[in-house]
Amino acid sequence: MTEKYAIELKGVSKFFGNVIANKNINLTVKKGEILSLLGENGSGKTTLMNMISGIYFPDEGKILIDGKEVVISSPKDAFKYKIGMIHQHFKLVDVFTAAENIILGIDDGKYNIKDVNSRVKAIADKYGFDIDPKKKIYEMSVSEKQTVEIIKVLYRGADILILDEPTAVLTPQETKKLFTVLRKMKQDGKSIIIITHKLNEVLEISDRVSILRKGEYIGTVDTAKTSEKELTEMMVGKKVELKINRAKTDFDRPLLEIRNLNINGDDGSRKIEDVNFYIRGGEILGVAGIAGCGQKELCEAIAGLRPLVSGQIMHKGESIVGLPAKEIIEKGVSMSFIPEDRLGMGLCPSFSITDNIMLKNYRDNKGPFVDRDLAKKQAEALIKKLEIVTPSSETPVRRLSGGNVQKVLVGREIESSPNVIVTAYPVRGLDINSSYAIYDILNEEKKKGTGVLFIGEDLDVMLALCDKIMVLCHGKNMGIVHAEKTTKEELGLMMTGSLDLNKVKKDKQFGKAKDSNLTAKEWREEAKKQKEEKGE
Amino acid sequence: MFTSLLIGSISLATVFLFGCVGEIITEKAGHLNLGIPGIMCAGTAGGCFAVDLYMKSNLANPSWIMLILFTIFMAFLFAAIIGGIYALLTVSLRCNQNITGLAITTFGVGFTQFFIDNYVDRTNFDAASKIISKSLSFSSNLGWFGKVFLSYGILVYLAIIIAILCSIFLNKTKAGLRLRAVGESPATADAVGINVTKYKYVAILIGSGIAGLGGFFYIMDYIGGSWENAATIEALGWLSIALVMFTLWRPTLSILGSIIFACFYILAFKITGVSFTQMAALKLLPYIVTIIVLIATSIRGNKNVQPPASLGLNYFREER
Repeated sequence: MTEKYAIELKGVSKFFGNVIANKNINLTVKKGEILSLLGENGSGKTTLMNMISGIYFPDEGKILIDGKEVVISSPKDAFKYKIGMIHQHFKLVDVFTAAENIILGIDDGKYNIKDVNSRVKAIADKYGFDIDPKKKIYEMSVSEKQTVEIIKVLYRGADILILDEPTAVLTPQETKKLFTVLRKMKQDGKSIIIITHKLNEVLEISDRVSILRKGEYIGTVDTAKTSEKELTEMMVGKKVELKINRAKTDFDRPLLEIRNLNINGDDGSRKIEDVNFYIRGGEILGVAGIAGCGQKELCEAIAGLRPLVSGQIMHKGESIVGLPAKEIIEKGVSMSFIPEDRLGMGLCPSFSITDNIMLKNYRDNKGPFVDRDLAKKQAEALIKKLEIVTPSSETPVRRLSGGNVQKVLVGREIESSPNVIVTAYPVRGLDINSSYAIYDILNEEKKKGTGVLFIGEDLDVMLALCDKIMVLCHGKNMGIVHAEKTTKEELGLMMTGSLDLNKVKKDKQFGKAKDSNLTAKEWREEAKKQKEEKGE
Repeated sequence: MFTSLLIGSISLATVFLFGCVGEIITEKAGHLNLGIPGIMCAGTAGGCFAVDLYMKSNLANPSWIMLILFTIFMAFLFAAIIGGIYALLTVSLRCNQNITGLAITTFGVGFTQFFIDNYVDRTNFDAASKIISKSLSFSSNLGWFGKVFLSYGILVYLAIIIAILCSIFLNKTKAGLRLRAVGESPATADAVGINVTKYKYVAILIGSGIAGLGGFFYIMDYIGGSWENAATIEALGWLSIALVMFTLWRPTLSILGSIIFACFYILAFKITGVSFTQMAALKLLPYIVTIIVLIATSIRGNKNVQPPASLGLNYFREER
């Protein structure tokens, strides 16, 4: 061995019961290097990193740090070897301040929060972070929370940093900022392992790329000598077409029209403010925006799960405001929201795929008994169609990996053949292959004349997939643009509120269809009717 | 009338305060211990057993300090042992906390009734109670001030001291920060290298021990050494758990809260000329105010006054 590695894995394996999570993995990271770890969902990236950071213990193989074999049996051991992991789901205590979270679990000296504050500031200045140590976590944005996580491991003097999908929840500008910080750390001699699905980011930030597939180690390549195409092929194991074909369809009349919508969030603050838009049959309308600027509330309001403050939601010219969720589903409006933890909405974690399908369609069965055979057939068809990796259709959903859980959810919604699909983050955290499978499904639905409201994160994807894109900023509609005519930069500016098309193009009325199902007079009457109902 | 109500309230409040502070420590570790009523009974059993043992061997010349130390130790020990069963079941074996807690209460009440009825000689309870509840001799010379603030036995002051120490521990020390982290988000605590299991065990054992003193105080001080049945202590135990929510998981606030609860509780006996139905209605007051406080805090949605985020959830590192 000529070169000394910061960390080296030799033949590491991990099994969960019968499931092989990692098998015979070999991995090396040099000092002052950024290594990308690439792989599809369920390929065992997170499990592998959890073993390095002491959350799991490997069943076979050995881990070497600076050429010496070590045993990492707990997170404490990992700190001892200067390994720090920034988890995909942040491990922070919500009601603590940033400083309290950072100091948590450190044994040195006295408990003096003032010292901590100044040390945190020093670290922040060194790498170009922006942070207020006294701020409580629950008041922070996602990117601020991530900053706290990174400083937390730096504070402990970590030399090896592992970041699990750090960019999944960031805006393009925030991602750029993070990458600048990572490069500074690299210059500082730190080793960084970054897990991500976004190939353009892999190519941008890393020096080398290691690829896992179905728990096995495939190989490592130099970033400079590879291409998006080669990486995808290594990851998926076959050639794939990396293109979204924006299907051309004849647009129908507006299916869903939304006017003057105002919605409050759980805490009583206004989350959606005076928003107008419409979706036609055969059209995909994208909704771009920073996380938490009203997307969830909008979805819930359309699905009938959240009361409106005011405004109209018209489905084929009929108001669906105030209807129970069940009737809205029967009208053909389907909603699938993938929350950050992926399981929160729509699926029962301890139910099997079959049971989860039954949850949605049990009402079709006559009499008091459910038709399990039918649901099982549907489940197996879904598994085959979307290539869901599962031991059987009877395995609890919670035992599947995140991406596969998502396929079940999106697949089930589309099975019910809706005419309006509201889908939020359907590819959140999905690997390339499954993402494209989902885009294909949405495009197919679009060809059938379904109207799709696509709430997304990845602007590149939205530009390729959507016909039009509406941008929300703090619950306000910043304008609706044609995907073919706009750019990523324009969208980014609109997302942060720097550009408001309503002000730039005053003559244009965004979100009001010229061939609306209702005349202007009828809209006014609807609004009047609603006011009267409120008054009584 | 008012002074006597206040004195009675402060005295009874001690029962609630021990139970409440014990439960707060347990809940801060993320464990809702519904076994507290049973654990308070077990503390009574331990303390009474110690009284019997000590008084038998030192009948001629019982020492105040030795009796206090020995009985407190035994009450703490018995309660902590029962708390240990709860900890074993919920922390290590990951049983459902609510069901385990209810089982512990049932067990604790039954065990205590059986134990004291059969194995504890109660002949010296009266004498022991007089020693344990002894107050400062000059307190009666200080008028109302002495009566309201200095006329109690040592255990009343101990409860208040423990509540204040507990508050300092939770808010000002590193270990307190860690304990709170364990109760809020055990996965986070684990990831930064805190021994979650250890913190949970220690919190449950100490919390249970403190709660156990409440039951012992009730028998040996508040009602003066007479023993009827464990069911009375159980009822006070449930109120202690309600008090935790009432005081928003804050030990210092629970000093005040316990006095308010105790006041409501004895109001029914102090007011003359109330019918049996009215008395029952008066006894409902503590529960009603608890519900009002809970509604008020949840409507305000203030994150600072919410229960520990993972309260009632067991932690298993490799779960996915």
